[in-house]
Amino acid sequence: MLGAAASLYVWALRDLPRDLREALAGALERETSVTGIRVLETIHRNVEVADTERNLVCQDTGIAVYYCRVGERFPLHPAGIERALKAGTERATVEHPLRSNTVHTLTRESTGANVGYRVPIVHWEFVPGWDGLDVKCVPKGSGSENMSFLKMLVPADGVNGIKRFVLESIVEAGGKPCPPGIVGIGIGGSADYALHLAKEAIARPIGTRNPDPLVAQLEDELYGLLNETGIGPMGLGGDVTVLQCHIEHADTHMTLNPVAVNYQCWAARRTSAHIGADGAVDYDRDF
Amino acid sequence: MTVTHKLTFPLNDPAAILALRAGDEVVVQGHVIGIRDRTQIRIFDQGIEPPIDLTGALLLHTAPNVRKLGPGRYEKLCIGTTTSARMVRFTEGLGERYGVRAICGKGGFPDQAIEPMQRLGMVYLAIVGGAAALETTQIEEIEDVAWEDLMPECLWKFRVKDFGPLTVGIDAHGNSLYHDVQNRARQRLEQLSARL
Ligand code: SF4
Repeated sequence: MLGAAASLYVWALRDLPRDLREALAGALERETSVTGIRVLETIHRNVEVADTERNLVCQDTGIAVYYCRVGERFPLHPAGIERALKAGTERATVEHPLRSNTVHTLTRESTGANVGYRVPIVHWEFVPGWDGLDVKCVPKGSGSENMSFLKMLVPADGVNGIKRFVLESIVEAGGKPCPPGIVGIGIGGSADYALHLAKEAIARPIGTRNPDPLVAQLEDELYGLLNETGIGPMGLGGDVTVLQCHIEHADTHMTLNPVAVNYQCWAARRTSAHIGADGAVDYDRDF
Repeated sequence: MTVTHKLTFPLNDPAAILALRAGDEVVVQGHVIGIRDRTQIRIFDQGIEPPIDLTGALLLHTAPNVRKLGPGRYEKLCIGTTTSARMVRFTEGLGERYGVRAICGKGGFPDQAIEPMQRLGMVYLAIVGGAAALETTQIEEIEDVAWEDLMPECLWKFRVKDFGPLTVGIDAHGNSLYHDVQNRARQRLEQLSARL
């Protein structure tokens, strides 16, 4: 379990998932601006160099975020899973060695090898009756995480208010979050839950659609609108501003209409593993 | 049409900087000086003179990942670029007091950099953020380092080869791609909102 966590983190930092590589290739085909093509070609060269030199895709090893889907009958208690994820993150950082980013939020002093109080961040979902575990590792860089936005719209602002806020946020972000990336949107729930959902949305395989057809339609529409802003690769202008737009939603209070935006840069790193009740680890990236 | 410029830093010929236009491509040889937030806070807020000469320099916004080999000697592991906007307030001092000619980073500088860059003959060169694997291969050697107590936000001297491609984001004539892109995006935002 500890070894699996360490591998997931380093693997994510070195090797981009196939779905993302395809999205980046598609972006280069669509882009027409000179600067945009230059940026996208450089990104492709960089991904190749990371593969051949076995170096990291991006220097920002991020803050490690894990999503766990735990079966009710999985033999290791979540407290043990969390301990293993933390120890694995630390081991990967020390052994590779990776840049450590974690600091105390007030003193700004380092708290260790990419670990600290409540870090890495672990999210949980529990599956009744099942005996397995799915773990997804998403190292989240600060350049894109700094471009996070929340607005408590009123119900009368409606769906158009949501669209407008998302568009404004991405224009405001400009080149800072290393576009083109994945725009994650969380709508409904409460303030904190909307932000949580937005982060869950960036962690989905790229181009997947929300099972609710109304929400999926909004994903398609916003994807189109965002690419009409002209922000372009690295904010230097161009046709491809975002690779995708993913939305997660929750039902909400009748007088609430929260919308949250979380940005994931072009280096949208993501790895996952399935762990059986017998401890066998199966690495893949299908969730 | 855009032009590709091959420049060697440090560069003390003002005409070479004036030849650069927003949108042009630049590939760099020679030396690049790595700096970050804390390095510049020490220079400007704490008033401590940088021990490495910055005349004619190209600065890079970075906090490299390195391995220590011996006293003052480091091997590169992974060197990338950080978001520049946080450090815009140092632009004028860097040009005026130390003769810095160019600043390389990611994400661009806000409009407050345009005027000092024009007045002092400086440019902002945009790198592809996150493309650290490639950037690391273009840095041949870490030749010098000062202020190791700020690790990794020290003052670094890198020797580079074919560093780039970079894009002139802000030139010394008052043009900024970031300003233009934002302006156009805000106009489009209004049009798109009207269509919703
Ligand atoms: S925003 Fe993403 S690609 Fe850009 S430097 Fe940060 S982690 Fe790397």
